[in-house]
Amino acid sequence: MSRQELIGPQGLRQDGRRANELRKIKCKPSVLSQADGSSYIEQGNTKCLAAVYGPREARQKGQVIHNKASINVELSLAPFSMSERKKRTKYDKRLLEIASAVKQTFEPVIMTSLFARSQIDIYLQILQFDGGIIQICINAATLALIDAGIPMLEYVCACSAGIIENTILLDLNNTEESFDTPELTVALLPKSEKVTLLQLDSRLQVNEFENVMRTAAKGCKEIYEVLEDATRDHIKDLLNRSNPIN
Amino acid sequence: MLHSKTFLKRTKKGNAVKTVREHYLRDDIWCSAEICLLCAHTEPVLSANALFTQLLNAPHYIVPDTNVFLNQIYFLEHQAIHDVIVLQTVYEDLRNLSLSVYNRLRTLINDKSRRFYVFPNEHHRETYTERKKEEPLNEWKGRAIRSAVKWYSTHLEKASNSGNIIEVALLSDDVENINNAKAEGILAFSVSTVKEYVVGMTDYPDLINMVENFVDIEKDKKICYEEHFNATKISNGLKNGTLYQGSLNISMHNYLEGSILSTVEGVDTQILILGRLYLNRAIQGDVVAVQLLPKSEWSRAPTSAVVEEDEEGDASTELKDEQLGKVANEDIEKPKPTGKVVGIIKKNWRSYPLSYCGYINSKFIKGSATSTISENVFVSAMDTRIPRINIRTRQAKNLLGKRILVAIDSWPKDSKYPLGHFVRALGEAGNKDTETEVLLLEHDVPFQEFTQQVLKNLPPEGENWKVKKEHLRDRLDLRHLNICSIDPPKCTDIDDALHARLLPNGNYEVGVHIADVTHFVKEGTPLDEEAANRGTTVYLVDKRIDMLPPLLGTNLCSLHERKDRLSFSCIWELNSEAEIVNVTFSKSVISSKASLTYEQAQMRIDDLKMQDDLTKSIRILNELAKKLRQRRLIKGALVLASPEVRFQLDFDSQDPVDIEMKESRETNALVEEFMLLANISVAEKIHSKFSKSALLRNHPSPIKEKLEELAKALSSFGLSMRFDSSKSLSDSLDKAVIKGDSYFNTLLRILTTRCMLPAAYICSGSFEAKDYKHYGLATNIYTHFTSPIRRYSDVIVHRMLAASISPDQAYSNKLTDTRKIQELCETLNHRHRMAQMAARSSVELHTNIYFKGKVEENNGYVARILKNGFIVLIPKYGIEGIVYFPKNQTSSNTTPPVVYNSHDNCLESTTETGSKISIKLFDQVTVQVSVQGEAIQKLKIELLKPFIHGFSVSTDSTKNNNDADVMDIDEDESNSLDKKNRSKKKESRESSSGGGSGKRKKIKG
Repeated sequence: MSRQELIGPQGLRQDGRRANELRKIKCKPSVLSQADGSSYIEQGNTKCLAAVYGPREARQKGQVIHNKASINVELSLAPFSMSERKKRTKYDKRLLEIASAVKQTFEPVIMTSLFARSQIDIYLQILQFDGGIIQICINAATLALIDAGIPMLEYVCACSAGIIENTILLDLNNTEESFDTPELTVALLPKSEKVTLLQLDSRLQVNEFENVMRTAAKGCKEIYEVLEDATRDHIKDLLNRSNPIN
Repeated sequence: MLHSKTFLKRTKKGNAVKTVREHYLRDDIWCSAEICLLCAHTEPVLSANALFTQLLNAPHYIVPDTNVFLNQIYFLEHQAIHDVIVLQTVYEDLRNLSLSVYNRLRTLINDKSRRFYVFPNEHHRETYTERKKEEPLNEWKGRAIRSAVKWYSTHLEKASNSGNIIEVALLSDDVENINNAKAEGILAFSVSTVKEYVVGMTDYPDLINMVENFVDIEKDKKICYEEHFNATKISNGLKNGTLYQGSLNISMHNYLEGSILSTVEGVDTQILILGRLYLNRAIQGDVVAVQLLPKSEWSRAPTSAVVEEDEEGDASTELKDEQLGKVANEDIEKPKPTGKVVGIIKKNWRSYPLSYCGYINSKFIKGSATSTISENVFVSAMDTRIPRINIRTRQAKNLLGKRILVAIDSWPKDSKYPLGHFVRALGEAGNKDTETEVLLLEHDVPFQEFTQQVLKNLPPEGENWKVKKEHLRDRLDLRHLNICSIDPPKCTDIDDALHARLLPNGNYEVGVHIADVTHFVKEGTPLDEEAANRGTTVYLVDKRIDMLPPLLGTNLCSLHERKDRLSFSCIWELNSEAEIVNVTFSKSVISSKASLTYEQAQMRIDDLKMQDDLTKSIRILNELAKKLRQRRLIKGALVLASPEVRFQLDFDSQDPVDIEMKESRETNALVEEFMLLANISVAEKIHSKFSKSALLRNHPSPIKEKLEELAKALSSFGLSMRFDSSKSLSDSLDKAVIKGDSYFNTLLRILTTRCMLPAAYICSGSFEAKDYKHYGLATNIYTHFTSPIRRYSDVIVHRMLAASISPDQAYSNKLTDTRKIQELCETLNHRHRMAQMAARSSVELHTNIYFKGKVEENNGYVARILKNGFIVLIPKYGIEGIVYFPKNQTSSNTTPPVVYNSHDNCLESTTETGSKISIKLFDQVTVQVSVQGEAIQKLKIELLKPFIHGFSVSTDSTKNNNDADVMDIDEDESNSLDKKNRSKKKESRESSSGGGSGKRKKIKG
């Protein structure tokens, strides 16, 4: 009975967004100097830090692939990221699953065949959690990979959409996710409109699928613009700094 | 356009945690006023035609604050009130404070004609108010409300085109808030001025009745209830086991006696709550927290029937009486846990649009017929479990003798009765239409016409709808089979049909074909929602309240003879011993060859000259049904009975002219057997697919104590009763026969039925598999599949079955969500129970009409012993009623004519000659039946034989009794006998005969 009302009478969600609106995104590439490439991204209250190393020599012999680079993704959730402080091991099944999803998302996009027998490491750290964990990991990794100068076919942008009370909602936050909501996460190559990841939590009626997919894809493209702007700004900034005359 | 603003919030989840939520402020929230030219809203809610009253001499919108909604929702629900701005702050507050008021507000908001607009002020950039450091919550909310009102008034001033100004007025309860508002230059009214406000609305004089009660309530100083515990104390008490929680169930015979079901010391049991003070303002259906009394004060059964309480008698003497009674019975039975209510966890007051039907108690009207002075009157509810309601009205005289609707507003601790207000009048008491409306309202049966929106979902072809080729695509074409339906005469909603044929391998193919309602009723449509809300078709004596519009129920879905119809078929291969070899389910198209009545089908079976294929298949069905039934009985299925009757109605007036018992033929059992078989097969199938969310029907084992009582009564006849399993119970029922008394066994079965718990719908995910069992039918799993036209549960089961048999079938998560199905089960159970009670009340109403002006002598059986009377069942009419004997009055030295002997659970009396007479369970008595009463017409049943001095009426004095107010039999008892003769309603317990599908109630005409 005490279930919260997730969509108000005027169609506003609990946090004041409309159904088709993203949370506010802030992002900045190149935030760490040690890593080859890095990024920091906030989508609402979910915050993620990404660091990319490589391509570099494979640490373990076993991971060497003779004709392309291997990708290694590690994800960790900061103990202070949720409302209750809790330490998670590296081997948390849920985190491993998300890491492997991220890895699979990037394998076809990064031009791994250029770097045979080498390894690319992506380290992801969730600093604050408020839903949409896969999508923010992918978006952060994209920015960091670009920052590291690793050749990719295209940007990869991810976004989620779900259905609550027969309304399609874009970019669910933690409260909205937690009622066994059908949630579809899509990772898209925004220009060629190829899909590299499609993940569904809970059950979604098949005739709704297309609409939800379309909404999520629209969200991906909006995110693409934000990431693109951030990258370009960063490059301009770099150019300005390397040309002190201007 | 997004403005991010995060804020911190503390919530309690065992321990305090900090939650961080985003909070966006927006610029694109519109005021939604029709006159506004600045905002970009497309469909304004608030019209230019705003409220106008004499108090505030300008058109205006009102903005009520939280307390106004909480206390005066009735006022706001009145149709005179429109164009209201509901602030988000208020709206969310209400949800946390009172779910019922919140739901009523939701109804108002959804009603477009009322023009209630929810303004999301907390997300509006200009009206958002940040909480100051350590600012009290209420002050902050008051500030937020005021800032929104202020914004609205300045905005509307700016936005309107010249000369068309609409004011905005704040309505509040809080003096400080009003003063602050006035200081800030906001129009504000306090609640006390609401009355003035209403006086200005001259078009609606009845509005004043509603506001009236908010002021000057006459206090009854005699009684003062204990304060309720606060929420934390209750939840702590429940946690550490000192308090018990349960839904209060008030006795039908005595509104001062209630009970809850709970677990005391590890045993599931009833906790009794006796007396007004211990009930502590809880009413029927409230979820209450109960504290146990010390064991010395525990009470024991049986219960007395306090009929109508003494006006002057105050609560303390009542309580004393009870305690005295207790001492007298001390040594016999184990005392039952007794407790007192210390808090109400969830109120069950009927709220908008529901209210209580009742009538004004004539005793309390003081003013003259023409007076329009408002006065306090008591309204007695039709539901005898509800205490009288104190209302204030100007029209008391007008309303006398009418059925009226009232609502309960509050029950302060220093008021003996709840306070309420008048809602509307229904009509003259005693009028059949009025009384029918009353019983529908009383039982919460939705009986309005189907709305246009619902009717739009029907097939556009209407009655000309035909089975087309495209329908055959995924369906078996079974039109060639000899399918027939067997139903009561004149049945128009035929939802099942049968066929059987011999297969080449010597086995039989038997098919049950059920109307394919889900083809027409698609999930999520208004039609579906309406059906889900109605839950079931309600059968009254003279009319039927349909669950589906008649086009579907009696035409397109109904499996009429020689018409192509869509159906859902369940087809078995049975061997000659009627064991299932194989079962398949499929959607199909059938064409029934004949719609038979039970009688016609029986004739076909019996008439050996008929050798056509259809008759042969009915004979096969009959043979198989007998075997199925035999096996079922061996497994321990119970054969129960209910005293059901059928009325012969007069064609024109629809008044009953005769009453007869319902009879049963072999063919009834035939149809029943196959329906049971289909339901069981379907239950297994849907449970295999939806293990967490299948909708099943469950019948729990009966309560042992009640059966023990019955067994004790039986033992005096030298009969034994065992009930460790349904099998042994069924066997002992079969053996309990007394020679020469053919009704004895039936009576026993009726009484056994009363000991059963009602069967109920459950969701498989909420229970363990071993708890699915159906006790009465002795099967491990059961559901309802066979009557989708009249039960919504079957519609859901159809959808589940369709999803189970075809992998491509799309189905929504409504079918897989355990919680949703469980919620649905609860509403369906409620609707079902209400439908049954409405049907029973309808029978009672017609019985009363039948007995009007008649006085009849009848044989009856004692069905239950009470402390001061007994319940008698008259088999001829299937009616039952209480025979009371007068309470032993004033002087304690005169021995009462009848004494309750709790040891043998019987009533004893000594005649003048010194011989003893006792009345005990199953005794045959002769009673006199008549109708009496003005406000409520009730059957009056008086004892004739055995004659007990001072208690029974003698046949000679019969004539006097019919019209005399006082029964002058004995000077001693004359005082209050007739006052105490308020009869009772029928037992509320759902009889659970055969789980439901076996009980095929259909209506004549």
